[in-house]
Amino acid sequence: MTVGLFIPCYVDQFYPGAAIATLQLLEKLGVTVVYPPKQTCCGQPMANSGYEHLTTGCNELFIDNFSDFDYIVSPSGSCILHIKDHLHSEGRENEAVQVRRKVYELTEFLTDILKVDHLDATFPHKVGVHQSCHGQRGLKISQMTELVAEPFSKPVQLLNMVQGIELIPLSRQDECCGFGGTFCVAEEAVSVKMGVDRVADHLEHGAEYITGADMSCLMHMEGILRRQESKVKVIHIAEILNSSAQ
Amino acid sequence: MSTTSTKDHAELAGQFNADEQRVDWHDETLWWIRQKRDKAVNQFPEWELLRETGSKIKEHTLSNLGNYLEAFEANALANGITVHWAADAKEHNQIVHGIIKKHGVNRMVKSKSMLTEECHLNEYLAENGIEVIDSDLGERIVQLAKEPPSHIVLPCIHKKKEEIGDLFHEHLGTPAGVSDPQILAETARQHLREVFLTRKIALTGVNFAVAETGEFVVCTNEGNADMGAHLSEVHIASMGIEKIIPKREHLGVFLRLLTRSATGQPITTYSSHYKKPRPGQEMHIVIVDNGRSVQLGRKDFRNSLKCIRCGACMNTCPVYRRSGGHSYHNAISGPIGSILAPNLDMEKYADLPFASTLCGSCSNVCPVKIDIHDQLYKWRQVIVKAGYTTKTKSAGMKLMQWTLSSPGIYHAAGKAGRMVMKYAPFAVNNALNPWYKQRDMPKPPAQSFDEWYKKNRGKK
Repeated sequence: MTVGLFIPCYVDQFYPGAAIATLQLLEKLGVTVVYPPKQTCCGQPMANSGYEHLTTGCNELFIDNFSDFDYIVSPSGSCILHIKDHLHSEGRENEAVQVRRKVYELTEFLTDILKVDHLDATFPHKVGVHQSCHGQRGLKISQMTELVAEPFSKPVQLLNMVQGIELIPLSRQDECCGFGGTFCVAEEAVSVKMGVDRVADHLEHGAEYITGADMSCLMHMEGILRRQESKVKVIHIAEILNSSAQ
Repeated sequence: MSTTSTKDHAELAGQFNADEQRVDWHDETLWWIRQKRDKAVNQFPEWELLRETGSKIKEHTLSNLGNYLEAFEANALANGITVHWAADAKEHNQIVHGIIKKHGVNRMVKSKSMLTEECHLNEYLAENGIEVIDSDLGERIVQLAKEPPSHIVLPCIHKKKEEIGDLFHEHLGTPAGVSDPQILAETARQHLREVFLTRKIALTGVNFAVAETGEFVVCTNEGNADMGAHLSEVHIASMGIEKIIPKREHLGVFLRLLTRSATGQPITTYSSHYKKPRPGQEMHIVIVDNGRSVQLGRKDFRNSLKCIRCGACMNTCPVYRRSGGHSYHNAISGPIGSILAPNLDMEKYADLPFASTLCGSCSNVCPVKIDIHDQLYKWRQVIVKAGYTTKTKSAGMKLMQWTLSSPGIYHAAGKAGRMVMKYAPFAVNNALNPWYKQRDMPKPPAQSFDEWYKKNRGKK
């Protein structure tokens, strides 16, 4: 099995640690991972702003880079959802369909394809889990509170395999953090308030770290935590799952 | 946005957020209602099946709307109801005014009807010398405050009880400083009782119009629609064309969905069926299109007409809870308002589909499963293509397109950006950057993942 590693633009530029952890974790689990060097972005920032018609370049690049792999895996639920829902190609729609079918967010790849039931990871800290909206309601990597349905969470299922970790409860289990792509600057006041409230829920319950399967939400909450000069840190779930016992 | 001078959602929401304590109170009040809804629906193992059934009945009805409307008209006429058809808001208002004029009166009592808000009926009638008193308590409060409702089910949810006390002191003569809800409610009751007893004409909304029987159902918790209608000589009911349901038995689906979604109650206190005028009474129904048939013709947006106006999408929306209903500057606010409004005026409401993080909570509480957040995304595309965007935003997006379509330019730009952030942080950490105003920028790492990969794995 060969996996194409898709590292979203902002993770590549600002959070290489999350990307390195994803790569190392997949390799540890016996997967052959290839990182195609000519990748950029899924196109979501333009599409969500109403400019989906400008994403042709990103779409074609994505197909060029990834259509040959068995699976495409990325440490970002939101980018994966965008590819699943909106990747099209006028000239190569068949390939686009194939790509849409084989893209996976990291945690769902671990639980559903690799069927991971054991991890050699240790993370002796109190951790709050942020259920990112696109991963949760879009990719269904965890059950949302809106539905009358059995609860589950693929990220939590994996975190429960980590030694020493203590997952804290939250008052609002799956409220949005307010990032929303360009929303975070276009609707600055509401976006910040949503972020402040989300972070407060984690702080009130004693989190030392906030984790999740989407770095963009974590980046937003980190911006708020650092402005508050909080000691609480954000950490991508891959970094916890890849952490070694020391 | 491009030419309108009205304030947009972001600006109005910014004003609302100037008072953080009020935002917290507004958010917590509506979240409490969302939790009541969760509690109610979780007692109901077949809830998701009920949603699916409601959605499918509406889908079928919308696909056969003409037939059901004609059947409803025929049955209503046979029941002795006068049926009027209004193509738009103006015609609706003229029809209502015509009925009032015919009876030679200059005042009317009205129970909750979002359609009349959409048509701006009160303003129209006031211009024509006719006084309207809203009899729903929340509506009466915002009417006294000369404000539009901020929520379709809870019209004055943005007001604190002290503010309501001040309004009642000014308009209804309660002592200054009194804000005890029981005293205020009793004052309103006495005030409205006099109104019910003296108005010859009562207007109500319509929650469901049953095609097979020609009857309509009005749901209230206060019984105010009944008080108005039963005491009136003339009952006018205004309904949008999408209020039709085929059969009476379908109420067994919709009445169970409506109030559990709205407030967490099993059913509205009053779910009243109006089928025919009592002897000596006149009953009119005004069936209004006002853009609905245009929306029905928009493939991507027609499902918005399934809406049964429960307000669950507002209560759950993290943006609505923190921006207030008035920030949507439309009769219907929140997520559902944001997908309905652009159909009426794409330029005026170009901002609304962007007032969302696309978190998707709305679509999943919706009792008739409207794909609200997907429609928000689709409206964004339609609005930008129609040109209702700014030149600055288009230029920024084109720059982004240029950068992200070329790996070479992207890597160079990324590196340059990180260098700037590292060595000249003032270039991004300033007042011109809306991110930085209340949030820190990410710390630029020494190298990107791409650079790390080339160094560590490149030669393998």
